[in-house]
Amino acid sequence: MIDIGSIKSKPEILPTTSRLSPSDYWAHWMARIGVRRGAHRIDPGLYALGNPGPDSQVFVTANYTLSFDALRVALHGLDCYILVLDTKGINVWCAAGKGTFSTNEIVLRVLITRLNEVVRHRKLILPQLGAPGVAAHEVKKRTTFGVEYGPVRAAELPEYLKTHKATVEMRKVRFTLRDRLVLIPVDFIRLLLPMLAIAGILHFVGGILLSLGVVATVVAGAVLFPILLPWLPSHDFSMKGFILGGLVALPFSLSTYLIHPGWAWWQQTGQALGLLLAMPAVTAFIALNFTGSSTYTSRSGVRREMYRYIPAMAWTFGTGIILTGLFSLIH
Amino acid sequence: MFNAYLENTLVYDPKLCNGCAICVAVCPHNVFEMNDRLAQLVRRQACMECGACQVNCVMEAITLESGVGCASAMIRAALTGRKEIACDC
Repeated sequence: MIDIGSIKSKPEILPTTSRLSPSDYWAHWMARIGVRRGAHRIDPGLYALGNPGPDSQVFVTANYTLSFDALRVALHGLDCYILVLDTKGINVWCAAGKGTFSTNEIVLRVLITRLNEVVRHRKLILPQLGAPGVAAHEVKKRTTFGVEYGPVRAAELPEYLKTHKATVEMRKVRFTLRDRLVLIPVDFIRLLLPMLAIAGILHFVGGILLSLGVVATVVAGAVLFPILLPWLPSHDFSMKGFILGGLVALPFSLSTYLIHPGWAWWQQTGQALGLLLAMPAVTAFIALNFTGSSTYTSRSGVRREMYRYIPAMAWTFGTGIILTGLFSLIH
Repeated sequence: MFNAYLENTLVYDPKLCNGCAICVAVCPHNVFEMNDRLAQLVRRQACMECGACQVNCVMEAITLESGVGCASAMIRAALTGRKEIACDC
């Protein structure tokens, strides 16, 4: 939105603070549980933090509220500018991967905000994870602003700014237990309704064991898997999922013998086998989908995983469902 | 066995390196290190093909098929026949 009438006026600078309000915290919770997923965005543009002047530093970020808030909180006590790009409400790293946190967007935003009239220096400090979408030399050529890549995490900016040199640790992306825990609600809530619907239907068709099995399968994939990720054997997410799913399915499978003492042994075994085949396949599929949330899987590796494991998931799931269904109905 | 991530598409030609070290600065997995004023490929297997080094290398010394390692995006792309950028992150 370039207002032609305002071209001769002063560049527009929006105010912000480094303190989060209760409504900001509330918005963070909503973002973390996936409520109005695409709506957690702020207006792109140039923001003033504290009382910046023409020599103040300029930090670039995405217009996802969690990205912007992490940055302004980290910059507490500093007088500076924040240039917010239009990344459609997506965080820095994902936006860089999708091409919205990009060279073009920076060039455009620098022009629109008339940054060259606001500051005397010619340097932009970018989050390191914006780099997949940005060619620093291109930005320099097209805007005269040089790009400096800061640390991965905004919280490490105060330390970084003492020397403007990032340590090896600052450059490295992590995937700690805490990082993984905050991802759980979004995935779990997304699966909650289908899970309850299928569990409800199966409760009437096949009894409590099957409906609890559905819940356990989804909880294993969407909750236990992210927690246990580094400790599950093998490197592939799908194989880790199969192993975890197998462990979770085992008690359900064995319960068949206890819950249906009246069935013939081959009926019991048929259903036990069915559960042992069907449940891990679903857990493994949810686990495979967690590759996108992780911080280290390559595209060629994920593709290899898909070719290797999705057929196995389909076959074990199909066979398991048929066996379980068959032996539930036969009795 | 059970490691689909042993290989990746990263190719680096040290003969083209001008020693600017931007690949070291942008890599989130410390795949490159500076040595004798040139970048060295030291942790090739850790590469996640994000493409940061490639797009920032002025000398075009690095080539790779960059992309996001996200199964749900690829599955969606396979099902809808569209380019795989659509995920919910």
